[in-house]
Amino acid sequence: MVTLLRVERLRVSVGGREVLRGLDLMIRNQEVHVLFGPNGSGKSTLLATIMGLPRYKVKEGRVLLLGRDITKLKPFERAKLGIAMAFQNPPRVNVKLGYILERLVKKYDDGILNELNALGIAHLLKRNLHHGFSGGEIKRVEILLTLLQRPRVALLDEPDSGVDVDSLNIIGKVINKLVDEGASILLVTHMGHILRYIEHVDLAHVLIDGRIVYTGEPKEVLNIVLKKGYSFFKDASRRREVYAEIEGSPKGKS
Amino acid sequence: MPRSKDHLKERAKKVLERGEAGEIDLKGYDYGEPGEEEVKPEELPEKLLRRAEEVGIDLGSVSGGTYLQIDHNVAYTMVTDYLKKQGVLIMSTLEALEKFEWVKEYYWKAMPVDTDKFTAMTELNLRHGYFIYVPAGVKIDRPIQACLMMRTKRIAQPVHNIIIVDKGADITLVTGCAAMVNEGLHIGVSEFYVKEGARANFIMIHGWAPDFNVRPRTAVIVESEGTFTSYYVNLYPVRNLQMEPRVYLHAKARGYLTSILLGKGDSTMDVGGRLEFVGRGSRGEIISRSIITDQATVIMRGRLIGRATEVRGHLECRGLLLSPNARSKAIPELEAVTEGAELTHEAAIGRISEEELNYLMARGFTEEEATSLIVRGFLDVGLDKMPKRLQASLRSILDTVAKLSKG
Ligand SMILES: Nc1ncnc2c1ncn2[C@@H]1O[C@H](COP(=O)(O)OP(=O)(O)OP(=O)(O)O)[C@@H](O)[C@H]1O
Ligand SMILES: [Mg+2]
Repeated sequence: MVTLLRVERLRVSVGGREVLRGLDLMIRNQEVHVLFGPNGSGKSTLLATIMGLPRYKVKEGRVLLLGRDITKLKPFERAKLGIAMAFQNPPRVNVKLGYILERLVKKYDDGILNELNALGIAHLLKRNLHHGFSGGEIKRVEILLTLLQRPRVALLDEPDSGVDVDSLNIIGKVINKLVDEGASILLVTHMGHILRYIEHVDLAHVLIDGRIVYTGEPKEVLNIVLKKGYSFFKDASRRREVYAEIEGSPKGKS
Repeated sequence: MPRSKDHLKERAKKVLERGEAGEIDLKGYDYGEPGEEEVKPEELPEKLLRRAEEVGIDLGSVSGGTYLQIDHNVAYTMVTDYLKKQGVLIMSTLEALEKFEWVKEYYWKAMPVDTDKFTAMTELNLRHGYFIYVPAGVKIDRPIQACLMMRTKRIAQPVHNIIIVDKGADITLVTGCAAMVNEGLHIGVSEFYVKEGARANFIMIHGWAPDFNVRPRTAVIVESEGTFTSYYVNLYPVRNLQMEPRVYLHAKARGYLTSILLGKGDSTMDVGGRLEFVGRGSRGEIISRSIITDQATVIMRGRLIGRATEVRGHLECRGLLLSPNARSKAIPELEAVTEGAELTHEAAIGRISEEELNYLMARGFTEEEATSLIVRGFLDVGLDKMPKRLQASLRSILDTVAKLSKG
């Protein structure tokens, strides 16, 4: 079977600076991957590059969706092929949320109203998208829009940052729904709170300085990240300790 | 002839003798003579009906009443029997002035005849215009429609409209003005009298042509606790359009002006609105949204003048530039003559941001779809102030504006 999403030797620069420095990644059907990494390490850059946002310039390498090279495609073409992204910091858009929803889905029905109510964002319909939305509202709207695109690959950039406990639960449900409907997930999280609400997580990656330095069992990676911090992964000489810390050899290391 | 009428003509002549400067040469057009040749709606050419439809007028429908003027000719007037019985009048202003002595009480009373050369020219060459009277307490559910069509090249159409909504009455008036030729001059004087506790919803849709000069001259007197709501849309290019409707709000009166302008081609538009809060506790709002593309220039003006206490007014002008050569300017003015007037304004002119576009493209919209979504979203204002039954058709007119803005 062809791999759903494959990122090969990706080098990407933003604003003239090289941010991703040779990165490989492989995601299969209905897999959930978590991406950890310090601030500024390039997590959002990776997601935005997969989405095809024009500011992110691919210098080398490619992105493949079901074996097809999509590196040169425009964002909307990628969206049509099934890639969707929940932005970490979406821009304010001068269009009412309600309008966007009407145009986004073919059938604007009760199902969507139910989703809106479940996410507690029905009161935002008549407001311009992300204008004065609270942090939690932004996250919930982003995840809903992503869900409504019925993606094959959902790129979720910190859907759990700054979100209260109840919302965490709701967002977790949406992520599970995405997977149920057949999507694969690439999820960026710092504290991993959201992981408790996701039914099944396959792999965790650690991204440092534009490279994936480690791939392994999600719970264990999270443990090290929270207990020892990223310096643990950074220091190549201690890499062996990392492996020792995690019992057995990491599965699926690419 | 009564002396007062001569007096008006004298004042008008003086204005023209002054020889006001300006880019429109009033002598360059044919003024013809007023006509009253009736044309049955079923005899109207298909092309004219379609043109009327574009500016929101459905001549085939059973509205509350209809006035249709083509060039200098009153082609058709209709008032339903039901409204006739209640005393509603719809006719040409010339006819009304002849028939009813009392109409003179409303003739050039809100708008001085010597305001400028356009009002003066209209007094000296009056070619009809519509007169509407709604008696006290009469509430009309269906809209009354008035259509001013220009079908002959290089003529001037100076009309004078008088709308009187008596105490506690309620009407919705839809006016559509359109051109079927390329070149002409339209001068539309409109005087609205909204009496105590009355309500007038006024929708005006313009569909001119690239070599048209257009000078609406509107004044509205809203008596205590009355409400005047206007919704203006300009669809097509013009050579030059300039207007600044004035609304005088008496005690506790309300006035809302919304204008939606599409500036395309080589159009120059200078559109404003002026709310004068003359009575205590009056309130009002001016909102304008302009989309400017090609080489067009749009100036948005707005003036709020507080002359009484406890008044509240807000002014909001926004322009969206869609092409590198489009020009726009917002000129908001606030003037509080008295203490206790709360007047605010917001103005913004900008372009669609790359970030916004890219975001929408990541959500699956093509660049063109994303642009039209932003344009359509930008236009979405003021509808909640209009009667429910008209909102759908106004929405579809806004859809048209968004479509036309693409080129
Ligand atoms: N438009 C830009 N112009 C210049 N530098 C940029 C731009 N976008 C991102 N960068 C830089 O690229 C680096 C990686 O940014 P990125 O947003 O991918 O980090 P991240 O891993 O998502 O961090 P965080 O955890 O803080 O969200 C940062 O140093 C950032 O400042
Ligand atoms: Mg980030």
